[in-house]
Amino acid sequence: MSGSYRAEVLKLRKRSAVWVLFGAGLVLSLIFGYLLPYLGYVTGDENPQTDGVPRSEILRGMLPERVMDNTIGGYPVFAGALALVLGAIVVGGEYTWGTLKTILTQRPGRGAVLASQFLGLATMIAVWVLGIFAACAACSVGVAAAENTAMDWPGLTAVLEGLAGGWLVLMTWCLAGAVLAVAFRNVALPIGLGVVWILGVETLLAGVVSSLLPDLEFLSDALPGANAGALVFSVTGMVAADAPPGVRDAVGGGRALLTLLGYCAIFALLAAWTTRRRDVT
Amino acid sequence: MDALVEVTGLTKRYGDTLAVDGVDLTVLPGEVYGFLGPNGAGKTTTLRILTGLIAPTSGEVRVLGGMPGQSGVLGRTGSMIESPAFYPYLSGLDNLRLLAEYAAVPRRKIDEVLDLVDLTDRARDRFSTYSLGMKQRLGVAAALLKDPELVILDEPTNGLDPAGMRDMRRLIRELGSGGRTVLLSSHLLGEVQQICDRVGIIAAGRMVAEHNVEDLRAEQELVVRATPRDRAQSVLAGFGAVHRYDDTLRVQVDPRRAAEVNRVLVEAGIEVSELRSTERALEDVFFELTTEEKADVG
Repeated sequence: MSGSYRAEVLKLRKRSAVWVLFGAGLVLSLIFGYLLPYLGYVTGDENPQTDGVPRSEILRGMLPERVMDNTIGGYPVFAGALALVLGAIVVGGEYTWGTLKTILTQRPGRGAVLASQFLGLATMIAVWVLGIFAACAACSVGVAAAENTAMDWPGLTAVLEGLAGGWLVLMTWCLAGAVLAVAFRNVALPIGLGVVWILGVETLLAGVVSSLLPDLEFLSDALPGANAGALVFSVTGMVAADAPPGVRDAVGGGRALLTLLGYCAIFALLAAWTTRRRDVT
Repeated sequence: MDALVEVTGLTKRYGDTLAVDGVDLTVLPGEVYGFLGPNGAGKTTTLRILTGLIAPTSGEVRVLGGMPGQSGVLGRTGSMIESPAFYPYLSGLDNLRLLAEYAAVPRRKIDEVLDLVDLTDRARDRFSTYSLGMKQRLGVAAALLKDPELVILDEPTNGLDPAGMRDMRRLIRELGSGGRTVLLSSHLLGEVQQICDRVGIIAAGRMVAEHNVEDLRAEQELVVRATPRDRAQSVLAGFGAVHRYDDTLRVQVDPRRAAEVNRVLVEAGIEVSELRSTERALEDVFFELTTEEKADVG
């Protein structure tokens, strides 16, 4: 199992697409977390985007005390979509390249191969989360130094909770991509379906349910995106007015945590069940 | 001698399609076994079953005394099924490294197998830049990485140029003479004739023959050149099956009856300009067997 895990990490480490996705997530986090707010801050009242928001509030949003907001605020939607793409290309690539048959004719069984793949993905997601955190922390230090303000960091527990919550959000979407890739034995279709779901269908469903079918809100509150947003909302402690798209207190933090863990377990079991039963042609 | 591969009544059905139909197959230790058949005959499906990639619909399969796909069996089997499949963004060396990790093989084996297939110089190049021949050789290197008792190769010379085919055949022959057991599929008769000890012929999913290559070839027949040929053919039909081959007739009859055949033809007013015995080519045997099978199925 450890050998299979090392093999998976080698594959991920050397695959440029993995780093391109990470780079996209990082750049988007920095653009929306620091670059655009900072431009709004320096252009002050002349910027219509920040009309009505006090400049001190804009600045506060970029300081180290809010680093977790900027690190994981985008995870439920855009970084989640990138994580889904990661799961789909890593697992789906084995089918499109035919490499699944190559690795399944080595020593480990199918369950061990899949478990190693998921462990490798979990490791890479952790690298993503830590990388984005480090970049956001560096930016917040830069902003604080440039504006000559105090550097108050969130407590260690808050940082760890934020990082763990962010990792779980991305892992849920990554496993969703992986299970779709196993189901369709492909890369393109899982990415298409998954991204449409994350970026469109969930938001649309939540909107329709809350405006037209409020009795069915319990269903929309059970969706992965709603729980991802709720977990991020809970661990960052952000206020609703500051929350980025997809982050809202649809359900409590504890329930969101359990629901996402449940989704991870279901996705992993479905992928394992399908992989073990199906012929590799 | 215990067989390394024992297959009895193997059947694989995909919906209404019967890909493999009651195949029996035995591969003995140390032999190079050729699994011969036309494209679509069921060779790859059978080999996929032997490596645990697909499950049989029915039948019994034992590989190295265990079930196909079991970890212990896979660890002693090296295989290349269909085209060699590797990660295109990794070098040949990295592809072998990760397979060595999966298979728990020491890294020194990588250099050994790269050297064996003559890929050391290009080992650090990306797999996607390899020629077809290099990809096949890397596939064989991967199959040998575990120093396996049983090597399963599916059409290993597919797409190779003549020099590549010659090298690959020499390598396979060396594997066989080195005590390894090799099961290879091919649709190339000459290839099987050159490198295999025994051959199983499959057509339309059914095993139609399993013999030593020499036994199959040793069946002899008479070659007759006579005029008029049509009359000669009908007369010769009284001795055995007659096939036209270019401008000669080939009669499946014991060559010791050549004098009798000659007398009967002459008495029938047929001019005989050539009469000799010949060893049948494996190609003839193959076509005969697979054509009969098609006719039976049809």
